[in-house]
Amino acid sequence: MEILVCVKRVPATGGRIVLTPDGQEIDTRYLGFTVSPHEECAVEEAVRIVEAQGGSSAVLTLGPVATEEQLRDAMAVGIDRAILLETDGREFDPVATAAAIVETIRAQEATHGPFDLLLFGNEAADTGDFQVGIRVAVALDRPIVTGIKSLTVLDGTIVARREAPGGGWETYELPLPAVVSVKEGLNLPRYPSVPGRLRAKRKEIERFAPAWSQAGPLKLGLRLPEEQGAQVEILGRGPNAAPAVVDLLVRIGVLAS
Amino acid sequence: MSRILVFVEHTAGEAERLSLEALVLAGSLTAATGGAVEAILVGPGAAEAGIGLGVHGVRTAHVVADDRLGSYAPAAWAAAIAELIEARSPVAVIAGGSDRGNEVLAHVAARTGRPMAANVVDVSVGDPWRLTRQRWAGSLLEDAQFDADVHLLTVAPHVIPVDESAVGPVGAPAIAISPYAPTVRDRDLVGRVTGREAPDVGAISLAEAKVVVGGGRGVGSAEAFATLEELAGLLGGAVGGSRVVTSAGWRPHSDQIGQTGLRIAPDLYVACGISGAIQHIVGCKAAKRILAINTDPDSPIMGVADYAVIGDLHQVVPAITAEIRRRAAGRPPRPTMEVTRSTPPGREPG
Ligand SMILES: Cc1cc2nc3c(=O)[nH]c(=O)nc-3n(C[C@H](O)[C@H](O)[C@H](O)COP(=O)(O)OP(=O)(O)OC[C@H]3O[C@@H](n4cnc5c(N)ncnc54)[C@H](O)[C@@H]3O)c2cc1C
Repeated sequence: MEILVCVKRVPATGGRIVLTPDGQEIDTRYLGFTVSPHEECAVEEAVRIVEAQGGSSAVLTLGPVATEEQLRDAMAVGIDRAILLETDGREFDPVATAAAIVETIRAQEATHGPFDLLLFGNEAADTGDFQVGIRVAVALDRPIVTGIKSLTVLDGTIVARREAPGGGWETYELPLPAVVSVKEGLNLPRYPSVPGRLRAKRKEIERFAPAWSQAGPLKLGLRLPEEQGAQVEILGRGPNAAPAVVDLLVRIGVLAS
Repeated sequence: MSRILVFVEHTAGEAERLSLEALVLAGSLTAATGGAVEAILVGPGAAEAGIGLGVHGVRTAHVVADDRLGSYAPAAWAAAIAELIEARSPVAVIAGGSDRGNEVLAHVAARTGRPMAANVVDVSVGDPWRLTRQRWAGSLLEDAQFDADVHLLTVAPHVIPVDESAVGPVGAPAIAISPYAPTVRDRDLVGRVTGREAPDVGAISLAEAKVVVGGGRGVGSAEAFATLEELAGLLGGAVGGSRVVTSAGWRPHSDQIGQTGLRIAPDLYVACGISGAIQHIVGCKAAKRILAINTDPDSPIMGVADYAVIGDLHQVVPAITAEIRRRAAGRPPRPTMEVTRSTPPGREPG
């Protein structure tokens, strides 16, 4: 199995988002970076499939040079090689992102042979556009399933499950090569080992510089939603607050008096 | 004429709530521009669900009639919508912000080579259109300009109110049901639902529970969730948690509340040892009330909670369950000493 996983670097915003003064970006000066949990699961799944069935895995990302960090994170848990589509820091919209990925996949397949499986996260953590994986699949004329939380690779086919509307599960069966976008819950990703980190640090990263273009919605600015502004009522400190809590439970009707 | 098509999902002959939200947005746009809202429905029960859309401002419902599309097949469903775009020349196609709404519309966008904006909360029609959409699952808003011949949009869930009074057949305006036979290609049917499993029955589902007791890093271990289970049990509720507790394997991922987990809307959410990261809050902010139990009075959860107890959850939660049991048994209050002794060994009292 030859597998390519596509991931996106995003700031690990904590308790609140702070914007830059011009309202164009999140102020990331004091933040770490990560990929979406969906994509962590995509990386883990690729590693597990190759461990079980042989073959090799690659990780691809589009982003500024610092995005190397997320590629090395993926290699630290077992991805074999990495490809960086390096930007000058400008945001690529989903149309441009998909076009750059498609071009790279075609070039990679021309030199390394075809990928059996392309894995994506269901939606990027930050922009949540819900479309890059689908655009790539359609451009390459490969079948795609999205929102996948369980994946079985058989000989030449995959069986994938996702949550059905209204509860329960629905199953898809696709021939390979195929594209799958996944959600957190697919697996429980491992933590990188120290030798894994060291190995990842020494690996070469293939680099390309795709041209920026714009076809999707053009961002004018970012803003924070209005806060509900409710003032918290402190019911007490420590276990002595229990009677006040139970009074509240009765008052709001979740506990019969 | 500025016609707008809306992809309407339905079950058992009734339109889904998120699709009704898309119809509300479409209706507000055609009210501003003149023009009509037309629905597109696919799959079993489509005609029946279409008839019910009159009260939601729809005059024509295109019912895609082809048995091969009876089972959900996003690429094939999108192909039918793409043909209807050719036939009806709409200014926009709108879908609800569900998994299927986003997926089908992304397929339409990809195969027709058009841009698409997901999770839109507001649109102003002009040249070009302006819109506001959610980023970070709603923790951040983006204002954008959207230039396209056909504007493909999905609507962020649970932002646009639906007029619940607009139900029932009484006085419902007439609606034209227009069967549509699409071209179906085999290769668009490759990705389709081939099997279904019913949901587990029995336990109170986290998504539906009226009370949810959530645990975060502060809970400290899988075993320590027992006290949260006990409290949830007494309140007829369910237990959930933050990503920290699912990543650590203390709880299954199906218990995770937040951006990459479940969105819940209980009457009460009790957040125990949870700091209130934005990715967690987007999953629980629809709760009617939030009670935080946290040792840190400055943690961000205090900014969204309605009520709080400052203290160690390992003492506070057992004290609450003890108090509930005491009142149920009609006993007098226990001395505080006894409550303190119920703290697990080795833990510093908060
Ligand atoms: C793209 C992305 C998606 C994400 N999706 C999700 C998601 O879906 N759901 C989610 O939850 N997170 C998600 N996260 C992670 C999120 O950013 C936080 O890391 C996570 O929510 C923190 O969990 P926590 O509050 O349990 O832990 P912490 O942030 O470590 O907070 C622990 C809290 O417990 C308190 N505490 C400690 N001990 C005690 C005690 N004995 N008694 C009382 N209080 C105590 C502390 O004061 C602190 O406030 C996501 C992150 C990213 C980047």
